[in-house]
Amino acid sequence: MEESAAGTAARPRQEEHSRNGGDPARPSVPGTSLLKRLAKPVVDEVRGRLTADLDDRDPDYIRENLPTAWLLSTLWFRGEVRGLERIPEDRPVLLVGNHSGGNLTPDTIVFTLAFYTYFGVERRFHQLAHNLVLSSPVGPLLRNYGTVAASHENARRALDAGAAVLVYPGGDWEVHRPSWHRHEVNFAGRKGFIKLALDAEVPIVPIVSVGGQETALFLSHGRRLSKLLGLDRLFRLKVLPVSLALPWGINVGDFLGHLPLPAKITVQVMEPIELRETYGRKPDVDRIYDDITEQMQSQLDALASERRLPVIG
Amino acid sequence: MRIDCSVAIDAPREAVWDYVTNPACVLEFMEGLTRWEVASPHDRGLGARYRVLIRVGSADVGGLVEVVEWSPGRGDMAWSSVTGVDQRGRWRVREINPERTRLHFRFAYGVAGGGISGMIAERVAAVPLRRRFRASLRNAKNALEARVQSAA
Repeated sequence: MEESAAGTAARPRQEEHSRNGGDPARPSVPGTSLLKRLAKPVVDEVRGRLTADLDDRDPDYIRENLPTAWLLSTLWFRGEVRGLERIPEDRPVLLVGNHSGGNLTPDTIVFTLAFYTYFGVERRFHQLAHNLVLSSPVGPLLRNYGTVAASHENARRALDAGAAVLVYPGGDWEVHRPSWHRHEVNFAGRKGFIKLALDAEVPIVPIVSVGGQETALFLSHGRRLSKLLGLDRLFRLKVLPVSLALPWGINVGDFLGHLPLPAKITVQVMEPIELRETYGRKPDVDRIYDDITEQMQSQLDALASERRLPVIG
Repeated sequence: MRIDCSVAIDAPREAVWDYVTNPACVLEFMEGLTRWEVASPHDRGLGARYRVLIRVGSADVGGLVEVVEWSPGRGDMAWSSVTGVDQRGRWRVREINPERTRLHFRFAYGVAGGGISGMIAERVAAVPLRRRFRASLRNAKNALEARVQSAA
């Protein structure tokens, strides 16, 4: 599961619209017009599936499927989530995580399971995901878990409803970073989550995970390839990742997912940050961004230092 | 899935009963238990509620439980889940002689939804749970016998 729109939520509405599927008023990039025409049915289908209904979250479905998630998390990823007691229990909260593991996002599987077993499926919990993830065949399944398309409006609506909301500002950029950058927090300068927390007056709780980027050998973001094919404008895809992954070998795009290596996933929940209490009534967003990413990087360094070997942990 | 275990403790029955039913002591001897919080106006007796979490595999599993059977005279306390994982637990405290007591622990649980993954999850979880419950009874035995010795 990935976030990108909330990471850019501070942008003007016009740009938000264009990021949600392409603005026809914009001049087209040469060479992409044919691709755009060919992709139009897919784009329309994607847009049609992106209506966000918080009520799609189905606690009974989640409860019935926790055993499968538990088996996957316990036996395959040897998941370990620490510090859940730091998440405020009785108020909305914005959970901000670093993101790893390609499109299968094992860190989200491990954390979501731990959240629901700790607080109970009755607690409202929503995750923001990239449009393409929600419009894929697994989209309806994810909606049952409370996943909604990443946008400032959807996140705000969920927070106003009292939910805990999980957002990955680094989104598609961070989740496909090369494996040799696996111990780096990279939000790509996306600060919309801070404006979201300030607007909704909710604390930010940083969530740091390690291990996800060892579930395959991620080689490249494929940024130029994505731009060349116009995927950025069509699907908000800034990347067309290239990795070595089972069972495909060379895996371009990771659209069909992959069989993840059984890397140990460890997730650490950090202390909540009350933005206005910490940074004053008119806080400097850049300073908050630097502080939070630095704190998360320090935590990630600490988690990385516990690991003796890749995958094994 | 049901797990049964028991231990003989060199301590009077009343002391064992007071210890295992005291919510302030539960976290001391129950292995893997990360929460046993009183969630009702009274902390013991019929209708008392606790928020319970136990580490099983990669998750803290549990929920809200309520005491549904409370019989100090006979030595039986049973609880059942209100939310979270379906579970039912029972302490049985039986006198062997005035100085020796047998403590039984029974724990039955089931995962919602059933299906193959549910069946597998129940069986996989039974392995660490059984180990932890046995260790918990050993902890209770050691703590209670130490108390008796220090009192003597």
